[in-house]
Amino acid sequence: MAPILDIKNLYKNYGPVEVLKDINVAIEPGDFLVLVGPSGCGKSTLLNCIAGLEDITSGTISIDGRDMTHVSPKDRDIAMVFQSYALYPTMSVAKNITFGMKVRGVDAATQAEKLEKVAGQLQIEPLLNRRPGQLSGGQRQRVAMGRALVRDPKLFLFDEPLSNLDAKLRVEMRSEIKKLHHNLGATMVYVTHDQIEAMTLATKIVVMKGGIVQQIGSPAEIYNHPANLFVADFMGSPAMNLIPARAKKNGDGTKIEIARSNGAPLVLTDHHATDLPEDVILGLRPEDIAEAGFRAGEDVQEAECLIDMVEPAGADTYVVSELGGKQVTARLHAETKAQAGVPLDLAFDLAKVSYFEPGTGERLN
Amino acid sequence: MTDITLSPAHAQDQGRNWGRIALRWLLFIALGIFALFYLMPLFVMVTTSLKSLEEIRTGSLVAFPREVTFEAWRTAWSGACTGIQCEGLRPYFWNSVMLAVPAVLISTFLGAVNGYVIAQWRFKGANLIFSLMLFGCFIPFQVVLLPMAVLLGWMGIAGTIPGLIFVHVIYGIGFTTLFFRNYYVTIPQELVKAAKVDGAGFFRIFWSIFLPLSLPIIVVTVIWQFTQIWNDFLFGVSFSQAGTQPVTVALNNIVNSTTGVKEYNVDMAAAIIAALPTLIVYAVAGKYFIRGLTAGSVKG
Repeated sequence: MAPILDIKNLYKNYGPVEVLKDINVAIEPGDFLVLVGPSGCGKSTLLNCIAGLEDITSGTISIDGRDMTHVSPKDRDIAMVFQSYALYPTMSVAKNITFGMKVRGVDAATQAEKLEKVAGQLQIEPLLNRRPGQLSGGQRQRVAMGRALVRDPKLFLFDEPLSNLDAKLRVEMRSEIKKLHHNLGATMVYVTHDQIEAMTLATKIVVMKGGIVQQIGSPAEIYNHPANLFVADFMGSPAMNLIPARAKKNGDGTKIEIARSNGAPLVLTDHHATDLPEDVILGLRPEDIAEAGFRAGEDVQEAECLIDMVEPAGADTYVVSELGGKQVTARLHAETKAQAGVPLDLAFDLAKVSYFEPGTGERLN
Repeated sequence: MTDITLSPAHAQDQGRNWGRIALRWLLFIALGIFALFYLMPLFVMVTTSLKSLEEIRTGSLVAFPREVTFEAWRTAWSGACTGIQCEGLRPYFWNSVMLAVPAVLISTFLGAVNGYVIAQWRFKGANLIFSLMLFGCFIPFQVVLLPMAVLLGWMGIAGTIPGLIFVHVIYGIGFTTLFFRNYYVTIPQELVKAAKVDGAGFFRIFWSIFLPLSLPIIVVTVIWQFTQIWNDFLFGVSFSQAGTQPVTVALNNIVNSTTGVKEYNVDMAAAIIAALPTLIVYAVAGKYFIRGLTAGSVKG
């Protein structure tokens, strides 16, 4: 299938400052693309470039096969939802939703029909005559989505649409957006700094930092095979454990030695990894370290570790142990007998391990 | 509420309350004295304008008129002499109206467009242009008199009311732009972005989204500009000729060019007439003025 959005070699400079460097992204119709990264990584700028609200310095942007690089926003067949909702304060909800059609000269009957349909879809019929100032945050969010939906565009753009909502409402609206995407089969590009939003919504994630794409992939790829230390640390909560270790070739496998300040080093043997440099950073997610006996698999290895801290979190209990100079978190079952200051046998699942080069941060395996 | 009145804490509260009430009264009395002080000149003007010349000569300055007469008002409006003509303030009053109304409307509209561009359509050099406009606000009137006279001559509108309108519009744009720019800068830029994506253009966004939001700042600007232009004397006296003078210039001529007995009652009535429109504008729109000055961001 032809990509519906195709960004090639996009650069964006503000004066001498490069804010986006060599961005290449393509998505298929029906994709849900999430741009994620810390503040200032350029994700919102990229979205504005896609919308045509910012000029780009070089590169091309095509939407549905048409080169849109120098086309004005109104002709790109896109709709956008903003963080501040950007509802027109002096217009009623109905007028807000139909403004775009009015500007484009759509006749009144069609306007009314589409308005009715969208209002039904989002359950905002009782609000149609109110002003934005009289609505709650969640209601404004719905109206802003209605304004986008009514346009029936090729591409929906969302700029951190949930970050002004409280935690409970955010989760609600998140699943509603997901449902909407599913029901409409629409293509969406979504900017967020919240990696959980990215994981739950996306069919494809672009992780960005400093204007550079760090990794593009499905949520599972990003989560299980982070391309570098930044992605490994950024995606996932609690974050992936990144433990400095020494690797030594040992027969057909590799012996991994992790220093401990309070005793003998922890030694694990990886039967698959080969060609590792001597110094590596070993990445293992908290859920891949379990209590001994609760995790089976041929690459599971057990070792005794001194537990420094126990944090029950209801469904799970997190325990922290010092390994390689880092506080390493393991996610145990809720009924664990782990106690702070008492050694416990932990199971490390090396089938899930990632190795990174300490200098460049690049993934090694 | 009343079932714990005997607690010592409450008694203490009551003591503090009495102190507060006493302080409040002291404040009111002080404010009242100030208000009387500032109202005194107006009082003298109004009472004097209602007295006959005879009574002014014999009576006290601050006394109420023994016999109220509107003769002085009639003279000031339609009979007082400015130099050789004796037609009162009336023709000049209308000059001022014909001058102030278009000048206020044009300068307000231009300020709104300028402010909209500078605040919401940032272009290269926008800040420089805004700074230069601000600088224009601080140029003393006297400095521009000569170049402006030359310019008006070139344009062929020297000594005419359109010429005066032109001068006031030019001089006012700095202020009106400042007002509107500072108001529009509080409106989130995403509003323009959303409208752009919706397909609206530059003027469509201005008319449909920004102007309807601007009522408070329009009121502020209109009051400010109207007061400035109506009360202006220097431009009026410099760039007008017989027949096109605004009311402020005519007032000066009435007061300063009489010979013989000084008709204080006519002078006072004329001064009140000349000041009345700005007073009315404040009375009608004053509350919007305060509200507009303090109006901050627009909840959207």
